[in-house]
Amino acid sequence: MSGHGEQPSRPRAGGVASGRLPSRPANALLSRNEPMVWLTGGGLVVGLLMVAALVSFVFWQGFVTFWPGPVLTLTTHDGRVAMGEVTRTERYLPDPTAVAALGPEATAAAVAEMASDDGRVRRRLVRTGNFELSGEHFRWVEDFQLAKGGEIREPWAFVFERMSWGRFYGVPEACVLGDSAVATGPEAVSALLRDRSSADAEAVIRVRTGDGALADLPLATIVRAYPANHLGVGGRLGVYVSRWHEFLTAEPREANSEGGVFPAIFGTVVMTLGMTLLVVPFGVMAALYLREYATQGWLTSIVRISINNLAGVPSIVFGVFGLGFFSYMVGGSIDAVFFADKLPNPTYGTGGIMWASLTLALLTLPVVIVATEEALAAVPTSMREGSFACGATQWQTIRRVVLPRALPGVMTGAILAMARGAGEVAPLMLVGAVKLAPELPVDLHFPFVHPERSFMHLGFHIYDLGFQSQNSEAAKPMVFTTTMLLMAIVLLLNAAAIWFRSRLGRGGSGSKF
Amino acid sequence: MGVATMTRPAEDQRPDRLTAIAAGEIVPAVVHPEVAGESPVLEIDAFNLWYGPKRVLFDVGLAVPKGKVTALIGPSGCGKSTLLRGVNRMNDLIDGVKTTGDMRLAGDSIYGRNVDVIELRRRMGMVFQKSNPFPMSIRDNVTYALQINGERNRSVLDSVCRRALEGSALWDEVSDRLGDSALGLSGGQQQRLCIARAIAAEPEVLLMDEPCSALDPLATSRVEELILALRGEYTVLIVTHNMQQASRVSDYTAFMYLGQVVEYGPTAKLFTNPRLRETEDYITGRFG
Repeated sequence: MSGHGEQPSRPRAGGVASGRLPSRPANALLSRNEPMVWLTGGGLVVGLLMVAALVSFVFWQGFVTFWPGPVLTLTTHDGRVAMGEVTRTERYLPDPTAVAALGPEATAAAVAEMASDDGRVRRRLVRTGNFELSGEHFRWVEDFQLAKGGEIREPWAFVFERMSWGRFYGVPEACVLGDSAVATGPEAVSALLRDRSSADAEAVIRVRTGDGALADLPLATIVRAYPANHLGVGGRLGVYVSRWHEFLTAEPREANSEGGVFPAIFGTVVMTLGMTLLVVPFGVMAALYLREYATQGWLTSIVRISINNLAGVPSIVFGVFGLGFFSYMVGGSIDAVFFADKLPNPTYGTGGIMWASLTLALLTLPVVIVATEEALAAVPTSMREGSFACGATQWQTIRRVVLPRALPGVMTGAILAMARGAGEVAPLMLVGAVKLAPELPVDLHFPFVHPERSFMHLGFHIYDLGFQSQNSEAAKPMVFTTTMLLMAIVLLLNAAAIWFRSRLGRGGSGSKF
Repeated sequence: MGVATMTRPAEDQRPDRLTAIAAGEIVPAVVHPEVAGESPVLEIDAFNLWYGPKRVLFDVGLAVPKGKVTALIGPSGCGKSTLLRGVNRMNDLIDGVKTTGDMRLAGDSIYGRNVDVIELRRRMGMVFQKSNPFPMSIRDNVTYALQINGERNRSVLDSVCRRALEGSALWDEVSDRLGDSALGLSGGQQQRLCIARAIAAEPEVLLMDEPCSALDPLATSRVEELILALRGEYTVLIVTHNMQQASRVSDYTAFMYLGQVVEYGPTAKLFTNPRLRETEDYITGRFG
């Protein structure tokens, strides 16, 4: 563009007639590349920022969930005590009449706070636990309700994570076995809880709650207990790691809002791998026929358009199809022939991991076909001709020359299909993903692989935590942790496939001996 | 050249020969008598070819002598590549191609009714304009034709591989890395690898479609030396745009124009003393 620099002013009207190209002034904005560079680069940056924001938000929320916070003991003017962890803080505009109706100290504190902050007051959501005593898991505590000196950190306040009933907060007083105390005092109990092996499983921990009540917690029901205000950074890190370990390796408890998600991880991975193993051969075969054997014409065009449209069908439609066709028709027939003795209880005639994999294989089939077709089209015709000229048949040409050359592209299709399939939830809800399935689809019991079993899936787990949980406030952080885990697993699966592809790429064009 | 013009027989003096061809008239080719003295391995008889409605070859007749290098020359679009690809029926791969007439390889019909095209192609080798090594090792590339034919014996494959690579003057350069990918070779090496691949199965005819057009001068001269070395052992039919190349490597030359053979004879005679002025004009660069 700057080549027209010798003609800086606007071109004369006769510019074309005189044989010269009409030229823009050299200083015109479009004469330079910059506007387009900025426009396109800006688009890229916006996209990257959105992805970065998503990933960092999910990862931040996911990572902080398991970090143990301090336990506060909050005493309000009316004498109630809330002991627990602060999970959320917000400011809100209180109703003036409600403020006036408060006790004199509270009203004065609220009015003072409103005056200093645009009429807003702060409140904190405290996870108080102790559900069997108080009937609630969480409680809002307004700052103006706090009595003087009403916020303290009880040095020996413990957090008890239990098999059921949610968390328990309190100061342990003794460990009791039968009628005799094994240990008395918070320090002794703390030492005993650190080394559980020395304690008797029958023992109970006697705990004094924030409002002075006494409760007995059987030691066997306690999953984890720690003195939240007594821990240093190392101790907190220990709790954090222990929680992650449980999350990744254990089964869920407390209606999925606590404990681990191992069955869901396992189910997700097995279902995704099964889907990939099913979809790739069929997709590649279909693409091979379309691209290598079929005479290109209106019929192949229609087939291609149909395949592309298939990719746009809502995934729940595939779920309905999978339920109707695979579960009820195919599974029902299998049951009628092979498992007639168990009827009316279905074996294959209901949702199962095999039907889920097949349904998702159908869902991702267009991805594989389109990617494979593109990879095949990218193989130069000269290579095919070279092979034919050597006297190769069509199949020999495809198998020895075309496919090896197209393999990286085929693998790309498989990776895309994997990424698509691993994140699907809607169809799985119809064909086999369930809230709780402790029996894994692959285990050490004969016949080791159980394709008829229903399974847990991380995507469905997220949905379950977010929308179906009775204790939704407690489940909310788990949504982020599980989301982060799902993203990490999809990433890992993809990385493994990409590594595999690079290995194949070397093998295909490199040494075979 | 004035002398050459003087010695032309009267019947070859038709001034409007190329005009007649351009008008669609079929003009019989001028064939030098030396051709008849050779024993042909490939005979082309009144061969016609259409791409859809467009006719690109008109009653082409050509006898390719055994053990000699025969060059096809002519301006772009004259059908020489099409004719070459007709010999091993590569044109079958293109939709809408129709042919009449026949060719015979050592007496066996090529376009006959019951011809096994796969079997036929195994008797020929082909080298393309652009080198097309397969995405596999050098050894697998060279022995490809044998492997697809079911040859599994490693020692047989190894000896064929060595012989073919020596034949294409590539052995010294790649003997220590036969297991490496063929795609790692240089352009000239790749083309010589393709020649090795084409001669590995000892073809009765070696077809070369402008084998040097994508190569630099040094690689070109190596391939030309190679073609000269192959003469005698193999029958070579080569398409080239390069007059010097045709004169350097070939024994016989056929000059084609718009789908017809115009003049066919010994290269030496065609280049120094052609019977037609049209041939002389083309060779000396006055048209085309």
